[in-house]
Amino acid sequence: MAEKRYKTKPLDCWNEAKQLRQNYYENFVKAHEIGGVRWAGGAWSFSAVPAGLGDDIYSLTGEPYGATVAYNKDFAEECHEAIEAKGYARDLCAYMRNYWGSIVLNKYVWGGEWPKPDFLWTTHICCSHAKWYQVAGELEGGIPYFCVDVSVGPYNEVNERRLNYIVSQMIDGIEWMEKVTGRKYDDEKLIQAVYNECRATSLWAEICTLNKAVPAPLDEKTMYSLYVMGTLMKHRKECADFYEKLRDEVKERVANQIAAVGNERFRVMTDTQPPWAFLELWRYLQEYGVVSIGSLYTFGLIGIFEVKEDGTWGPRTTPQEQGIEIETREQALRVLAEWTLSRPEWQHFYSPELKSDMMKRIVKEWHVDGVMLHYNRGCEGLSMGIAENKLALKEAGIPVMHFEGNMGDEREFDLERTRAEIDAFLEILGAR
Amino acid sequence: MITAGIDMGAKNVKVVILKDDKILSRSLTPGRFDQKAAAEKAFNEALQKAGLSHDDIEHVVATGAGKDVAPYANGEISMMGADALGGAFLFPSARTVIDVGAEEGRAVKCDEKGRMVDFVINERCAAGAGTFVEAMSRALEVKLEEIGPLSLKAERAVPMNAQCTIFAESEVVSLIHAKTPKADISRAIHDAIADRIASMTRRLGIQRDVVLVGGVAKNSGFIEALKRALGVDLLVPDEPEFVGALGAALSPTRRIGECEK
Repeated sequence: MAEKRYKTKPLDCWNEAKQLRQNYYENFVKAHEIGGVRWAGGAWSFSAVPAGLGDDIYSLTGEPYGATVAYNKDFAEECHEAIEAKGYARDLCAYMRNYWGSIVLNKYVWGGEWPKPDFLWTTHICCSHAKWYQVAGELEGGIPYFCVDVSVGPYNEVNERRLNYIVSQMIDGIEWMEKVTGRKYDDEKLIQAVYNECRATSLWAEICTLNKAVPAPLDEKTMYSLYVMGTLMKHRKECADFYEKLRDEVKERVANQIAAVGNERFRVMTDTQPPWAFLELWRYLQEYGVVSIGSLYTFGLIGIFEVKEDGTWGPRTTPQEQGIEIETREQALRVLAEWTLSRPEWQHFYSPELKSDMMKRIVKEWHVDGVMLHYNRGCEGLSMGIAENKLALKEAGIPVMHFEGNMGDEREFDLERTRAEIDAFLEILGAR
Repeated sequence: MITAGIDMGAKNVKVVILKDDKILSRSLTPGRFDQKAAAEKAFNEALQKAGLSHDDIEHVVATGAGKDVAPYANGEISMMGADALGGAFLFPSARTVIDVGAEEGRAVKCDEKGRMVDFVINERCAAGAGTFVEAMSRALEVKLEEIGPLSLKAERAVPMNAQCTIFAESEVVSLIHAKTPKADISRAIHDAIADRIASMTRRLGIQRDVVLVGGVAKNSGFIEALKRALGVDLLVPDEPEFVGALGAALSPTRRIGECEK
């Protein structure tokens, strides 16, 4: 029987995505030339908050920067060697080592010298994150640093007291920002940034939800280049506007059965960050008609979901869609904190069961045939509990494999051996 | 149908030629640095033993770590898939196949047709592989082929804590200095590797019957140690190192693996 082939074509908005990303990194470097302010911090940080300092505030988020370095194997190795020579252990977060290495080398991955930020604004999302910027600030010669502790438990346990804990820290943080920058804070800009963030992250969830369609309109390798906008600037209007345009295009692809992988026969999902220097494996899957439709990581690091009336996952209804008008600083911070704590990828820091349940949901609703787990030595946070997730998936009768590696340090990844394991998994699925 | 399987192992290249599921010949050549040349030699020897020419072979299927450079191959199958097919062919009751070779240990769960349903691999560490036994035999100054039978003469179990080959070697040296009998040290070495393989296999779930294949399955000391560690009897074929090549040769008729390379 002839193999079924779907229509396929590149995304129309692909170049716009590349341009947005390039502008982001260039604008950060040029910020001081126009009298602007630079801040750096984790992609998990409450990035809408510094937006109240003005329209000329530019950020550099560490994880996507670390991933960009990882993709450039030679530079990544240079960074690792530089930071290890300073006495930092090689089993620390690989993104963090890429970032610190860049500081020590005084090299920006996009060329030129390392662009020092004016202040550091981050969250204590995992063990690495708080120390990441504390050390970065020291390596950079003493950059002012503020970290919001967010260890208030999973979303299903959030209450007013826990929200107050986060909101009060952000209120202190705003006063601190005013002191270190000498600028007056504008609550209207904060409110607009919160609206933008809710819109952008709900739209990304909607885009991921559209990938339930068969054939999948997007493959995960492509999604890596798109979700990144949310890790760079989820609070900015251009991010939300881009996701709206992308959502419309993906809707059109679904309506016209335009596939990401023309020979789609099997659907898999992955987990955690990929080994960035070896994304060719995602293309290798496609040779056998296997599309990776995404992962809890690709969906839920940025996308904010909710359970819809029919019991399935879909994009969370935004405050503006609910007719909520944000009028004060405290209200904006409360909306932002509550919204952020519902992020799917946040939950497993507290319980592998919560993550397993979400993974099983994705398998069912996205019509997934098998799961490929990355035991990622480069990120203890997202790999935490992953062996328990594997057991839970197996108990649910879902074919699952794991491969060992590192998202940002190729010294801990064996391409050929991983390919051999993937070959075996494809045989189990019947794809080979 | 006449088919051939080439197992491009980390240490040796093995070839099996089959005709309608009957083994016509086997051949083994050390891989050394030129695996491709070794495979050509093994393949031609196997042809000669079977009284066949190259043109008589309809499918040549490669497996093993070096399968990408296998000569003559027009198909390939994963190592785990080949183990499952070969193990279940020799022992139809097999549901778990454990393969311990020079480079790695792996366990495969299979169904009644020899189709792999799950697998687990001891990754990136020599502690669960034949290389570990080789290194320990050097430390103990005992020939590799003697270390297994020697371990069966042990009078007591000596605990060996290190899983890493490097640390285990220093532990062996310490035991020698402590005047521990060589037989007891040999058993400790086999118990260490068996514990590691058993632990890995338990992650998969042990389903009987359990078949042991791969070069290390020729080591009587290891077989006994693994039986103790798993608490089950093991089925071991006469030529355990050829099971991967056998599975590869079986794959075209079973339609498993990628037969159009």
